[in-house]
Amino acid sequence: MSTQLATFTLDGHTLAIAVEQVQEVLRSQTRTRVPLAPPRVAGLVNLRGQVLTAVDLRVPLGLPPRTEGEPMVVVVRVGGEPVSLLVDTIGDVVEVDERDFEPAPDTLTGAARELILGAYKLPDRLVLALDADRAVGL
Amino acid sequence: MDDTDEIVQEFLVESHENLDQLDRDFVELEREPGSRELLASVFRTIHTIKGTSGFLAFSRLEALTHVGENLLARLRDGKLTMTAPIADVLLAMVDGVRELLAAIEVDGTEGSVEVAPIVARIQAVLDGDVPVAAAGPAPVVETVVETVVEAVVEDVVEAEVESVVDAVVEAVVEPAPVVQAAAVAPVVPAEVVADEPDVPTGAKRSVADSSIRVDVDLLDSLMRQVGELVLCRNQIVRQAGLQDDVDLVRASQRLNLIASELQEGVMKTRMQPIDHLWSKLPRVVRDLGAQCGKQVRLEMVGRETELDRTLLEAVKDPLTHLVRNAVDHGLEGSADRVAAGKSAEGVLTLRAFHEGGQVVVEVTDDGAGIDPSRIRAKMLEKGLRTAAQLDRLNSVEVLQLIFTPGFSTAAAVTNVSGRGVGMDVVKTNIESIGGTIEIESVLGRGTTCRLRIPLTLAIVSSLTIECAGDRYAIPQVNLAELVALDSTQAASSLERVGAAEVFRLRGMLLPIVRLSDVLELDPGRADGQLVIAVLQTDGRRFGLLVDRVLNSEEIVVKPLSSQLKSIGIYSGATILGDGAVALILDVQALAKRCMRQDSLERDLAQQRGDSEHAAELDQVLLAGIGEGRQVAIPLSMVTRLEQVDASRVERVGRREVIQYRGGILPTIRLDQHLHAESARGDELTVIVYTSGGRSVALVVEEIVDIVDDVDVRSDIEDDGLLGSAVVRDRVIELLDVRSAIQAADPNFFTVTEAVAAGHSVATEPEAVIA
Repeated sequence: MSTQLATFTLDGHTLAIAVEQVQEVLRSQTRTRVPLAPPRVAGLVNLRGQVLTAVDLRVPLGLPPRTEGEPMVVVVRVGGEPVSLLVDTIGDVVEVDERDFEPAPDTLTGAARELILGAYKLPDRLVLALDADRAVGL
Repeated sequence: MDDTDEIVQEFLVESHENLDQLDRDFVELEREPGSRELLASVFRTIHTIKGTSGFLAFSRLEALTHVGENLLARLRDGKLTMTAPIADVLLAMVDGVRELLAAIEVDGTEGSVEVAPIVARIQAVLDGDVPVAAAGPAPVVETVVETVVEAVVEDVVEAEVESVVDAVVEAVVEPAPVVQAAAVAPVVPAEVVADEPDVPTGAKRSVADSSIRVDVDLLDSLMRQVGELVLCRNQIVRQAGLQDDVDLVRASQRLNLIASELQEGVMKTRMQPIDHLWSKLPRVVRDLGAQCGKQVRLEMVGRETELDRTLLEAVKDPLTHLVRNAVDHGLEGSADRVAAGKSAEGVLTLRAFHEGGQVVVEVTDDGAGIDPSRIRAKMLEKGLRTAAQLDRLNSVEVLQLIFTPGFSTAAAVTNVSGRGVGMDVVKTNIESIGGTIEIESVLGRGTTCRLRIPLTLAIVSSLTIECAGDRYAIPQVNLAELVALDSTQAASSLERVGAAEVFRLRGMLLPIVRLSDVLELDPGRADGQLVIAVLQTDGRRFGLLVDRVLNSEEIVVKPLSSQLKSIGIYSGATILGDGAVALILDVQALAKRCMRQDSLERDLAQQRGDSEHAAELDQVLLAGIGEGRQVAIPLSMVTRLEQVDASRVERVGRREVIQYRGGILPTIRLDQHLHAESARGDELTVIVYTSGGRSVALVVEEIVDIVDDVDVRSDIEDDGLLGSAVVRDRVIELLDVRSAIQAADPNFFTVTEAVAAGHSVATEPEAVIA
């Protein structure tokens, strides 16, 4: 059985979420910061009149802060609500086979372990399946 | 009478819809005769009509639907099976109902419609007198009806065509008499048949046509879209303001106007008179009165006052609770009342009116009032406050403790009230929709609970402020006033009580909360200038220190994700004119977070002292007008004090005006009005008085102080003065505020008094229900 995944990169890693969860992909937008919010909340954005919470995926994954370039935005539907995810770059939509899936290695620890469901072994690289719900903090 | 009419109108709309449903059901029934489901649906429809007709005393309609209902009940329960004769009588019944409704629509009575024959026929079926056999006749009846209908239709068409032809022919030549006669004959009955339904209603649209029911979801989505439009409008108006293109500016102004009207219109579709809630209360009061052995008269004022339906729903329970409370606790028994020199019958008054973009609902009883000492005792007994805490409160403040969770004053727990889950729940419910509640009571005279409810939840007017480079919105509802401090003032006028910062606002200490501290941000303003937004919620007052005030505008409230809501500082977000997102501050949560619980109630009384009892206390504001002269202005005539940049004064003819909150504020310089000369600076100190939607600004040199009653008066006066008085060993001139205001705006009083007069007429008691 094969599924389609939308890929994106974060600090050199390729991550992916199911294509059906993705609503749209945008360039970076002006964000309004939310004081006192959890660190992963990068701010609020205006998506055609709708106020969305922007989550910087680097924070929950324990990656170092983005040093250069503007992040890209992937709008995903989590629990029925759209949320903007900030990523480094947007990749292709890839077709993966369930047989190429392996759960995260036991050596993967820390925050990332909770959020990475496992890896799809593509010929040229590994694509890490992200648990979007958890990454957003729901 | 009007009320009854309204109910009848509603009944008619509903019944017409029900009849349409009935028709559909019968059609379905033909396809699957004996479907219990359909029969049950028909039964419910008839049952509904019966119920209401009985209530409205339409006896014939009730009699007819009653027997019909009996018959349907038997069919539904399978005691009878559907046959053609039964279908016939049922259809006859529905027709009878239609006729009766038509008659009621004409003049509110059942007219001359006869129902006895149909009732008898149905009764016969019920009694089993009619052979309930053979499904044979049904198709026959149907075909007969069809052919008749066809025949009539044909006749009509023919007749019309012929008569048209005739008319044409007539104009040309004398037609043959035979043809004419033949044509005329069918025309007459055909026309009568065709016109019959229209004759009684005449030119008036029938009830069923003049109103439609709309899905609430559709209204909600319309409301959302209008919200978007308002945002878009804000953006365009803002952009257009920066352009030189006159046409664009004009178009944006039109857009502005249209969007506002559309917004108002859509909001209106969601508005319902508060009477929808109130109409259930007379019964509640009567039953409760009987249960408690009290005589209660319920008066309702302003029952046409409208508010958003979602709010109406939210207010329902709190209001019912307050009414029950008033009857149970508030009003005394007849004997006690007579002993206290009151009439045996207690009066419970519900009053609703619009005020400042809010709906105010008051529940007033003329009962025994609330004894603050009992509240104190109760608070102590339940350990909710210590004696020391209570000692610091005055009686008005003690009264508000009634909203403390876990508080109940009822001596005995009755099944009416007294379970201690009362007023605090009421308060929580009202606050959850952005409303406020306050209570006033005079021992022996009665108690008033006052609810203030926003008109709608979706769009609120708010003040946009800046703090640490970000913009935030504060709902206007919570905003009492703004105080601007320049850098020297800011340094000197913020004082400390221990660790807490305070500001002396007209002699009262106002606790200060720095927004940048709350949000854990670095203060964004280096020049030392500050603005204090004086906020109030739940009767608490505090000053929120912000960097600057940007503007006031209507904003559309957008919900936040639960993650952000749980921070407890923001009530929502909004999109500003430039498309950026701004957070809406939850003033109530801010107050709760930043102020100690027991210190809070204290502010309430001070605020009340300021605003509500000002007239009684006769407090006056002292203002300097130059040359060392000071005038006194009654505090009741002071709505707001503002600092205005002198460059903002513009001219309209010989008059000076200031643009203020989206309007034009007529302005008068008191020094000129009173022939003095004050020092001119870059900043003007302005006293704003607002009444009936009109405002004027009085420019003074400085605000000196607020003092209580000035008793040594003299009638030595001058132009524009009422006299003089001695305050603190100094002669103060008493300003004739009326003449000063008229000097600024000659039409001020004529317009506002007309508004006031109209208002008082509208608030006459309209309904007295024993």
